[in-house]
Amino acid sequence: MNLKVDIKEGNRETVVFLKGEVDVYTAPTLKESLYPLAEQKEKKIVVDLSNINYIDSTGLGIFIGALKATDKSNSTITICGANARVKRLFEITGLDEIIEIVSDQREEV
Amino acid sequence: MAQTSDFIEMKMPAKPEYVGVVRLTVSGVANRLGYTYDDIEDIKIAVAEACTNVVNHAYEDGQEDALMMVTCAVYDNRLELMVADKGGDIDVNSFKNGKGPVQSDRPIRELKEGGLGLFLIETLMDKVEIIGDSGVVITMTKFLQRDGVEQNDNGISTEAPKQ
Repeated sequence: MNLKVDIKEGNRETVVFLKGEVDVYTAPTLKESLYPLAEQKEKKIVVDLSNINYIDSTGLGIFIGALKATDKSNSTITICGANARVKRLFEITGLDEIIEIVSDQREEV
Repeated sequence: MAQTSDFIEMKMPAKPEYVGVVRLTVSGVANRLGYTYDDIEDIKIAVAEACTNVVNHAYEDGQEDALMMVTCAVYDNRLELMVADKGGDIDVNSFKNGKGPVQSDRPIRELKEGGLGLFLIETLMDKVEIIGDSGVVITMTKFLQRDGVEQNDNGISTEAPKQ
């Protein structure tokens, strides 16, 4: 029950690789790494969820917060690689209508 | 039909690090009962959301004896999960009013980070009941077969069936 966050700065985009579970215990870890990124000006942030097997409302709330930060900083946030379960949660909560979700995952280098 | 029931009770500190422990335990119970993979995932999220509410809202910071009580009542056809705390009274209506999916027609800056937990519980479980006197008790039921909802929709009952 843990969460590993790996940030890879590329030329065109910054990819945040998450591995593990996002719940009330691990959410602060995600918040601490994602919010400072989202507050930077004109960033293209991609969050790779291909190694996330569990997420609940606490984690979804972090993404809403990050989206709000990118809105202010003129940055963007995209979710990629989410499995069917995780994607379903974004759909049920309507988050898929406000955050861009793409199915392909990013290559970890 | 005889309704046999087993009870599993857990009392845990109302701390974030124990929510995952409850989730895994309940997942094990649901797995034993033969729920599908998707149903087990739904149950895991629902119980975690209820516990997260306890951790975040039930007690003052640093309060002693801050506990979350989780009961699994196992029946032939359903699993009833009860998550309770010993925090203060709450107004269940105000609790319920804040919930709902993300309102995508609103400007992004007006979106709320919270309020999704209870909405998810009600979406993922078949029946949900919340009582808010002297702490919150939330009872959630997942039927083993979908069509059981109508047949057994007689309240969250632990009483013996009338025969």
